Amino acid sequence: MKAKVIVMPKQSILDPQGVAVRDAVQHHGLPAVKSVRVGKMIEMELDGAFSEEQLHEVCRDLLSNPVIEDYQLVVE
Amino acid sequence: MKAAVLRFPGSNCDQDAHLALRELGVDVDYVWHKDTSLGGADLIVVPGGFSYGDYLRCGAIARFSPIMPALKDAAKNGAHVLGICNGFQILCEAHLLPGALIRNRDLHFICEHVRVRVENYETPWTNAAVTGTVLRIPIAHGEGSYTADAATLKELNRNRQVLVRYVDARGAVTADANPNGSLENIAGICNAARNVFGLMPHPERACDPRLGSVDGRIIFQSVLARLGVKAAA
Repeated sequence: MKAKVIVMPKQSILDPQGVAVRDAVQHHGLPAVKSVRVGKMIEMELDGAFSEEQLHEVCRDLLSNPVIEDYQLVVE
Repeated sequence: MKAAVLRFPGSNCDQDAHLALRELGVDVDYVWHKDTSLGGADLIVVPGGFSYGDYLRCGAIARFSPIMPALKDAAKNGAHVLGICNGFQILCEAHLLPGALIRNRDLHFICEHVRVRVENYETPWTNAAVTGTVLRIPIAHGEGSYTADAATLKELNRNRQVLVRYVDARGAVTADANPNGSLENIAGICNAARNVFGLMPHPERACDPRLGSVDGRIIFQSVLARLGVKAAA
């Protein structure tokens, strides 16, 4: 099984990387792009017993920092 | 009085902190992150650097090092804990301090001397200064923009936990004097009990006149005075 965790900066947090990427995208000839936010995706392969709650725990405690980031967990 | 400097894989200001304390006459040891005891240290420095290569987030992996339960216990029991730069990031990740440190506003790694103003001298970390004292101390970081939610920020201000803010040459808090986009020019904060202090500037790099400033000594002299130690001149 695979678990994907998408970690994004919270809407309320300034994302200077996103702003720099947005500017580059606009200079690249796509002014329609008004906003960019940069996060990360973490892919985990699972083998053996686990609960979804354990995955959420690792997302909250380690993979994201709830002060500045939100996460989304997808188990496939 | 015994002091300890933690060492994580990727710490690179551990020797500077060790030397700064030794020069002030302090009995100081290194403690490896895989150890589980701090040997009864009264003052623990979590130094700067790039623990675990800053993977995932700065300080995120160091937070789970074997030494961390001992550090949390020590902090809870009143030991004095100083987190500098990456050490500050680690203390935030470990929830020993509130808030978080994110990418600098302009995305650059900034390495320069800045001025910070002491906002509260009635703490173990600043008692050798007076409120309003401006210290010239270097910063060297890429992720030093302090952020916290509105409730946390209000609490920090209400309890006077913001100990240093970035200021200009006249000692004024201005947008231009803010090197990294930190909320309200915050350069360092302490916990409510005042025994845990984290800051992005490097006081240990401002303890020798050959390095251009000795203002960092104020921080170490303050905590040594608090611990009843007379710092060597």
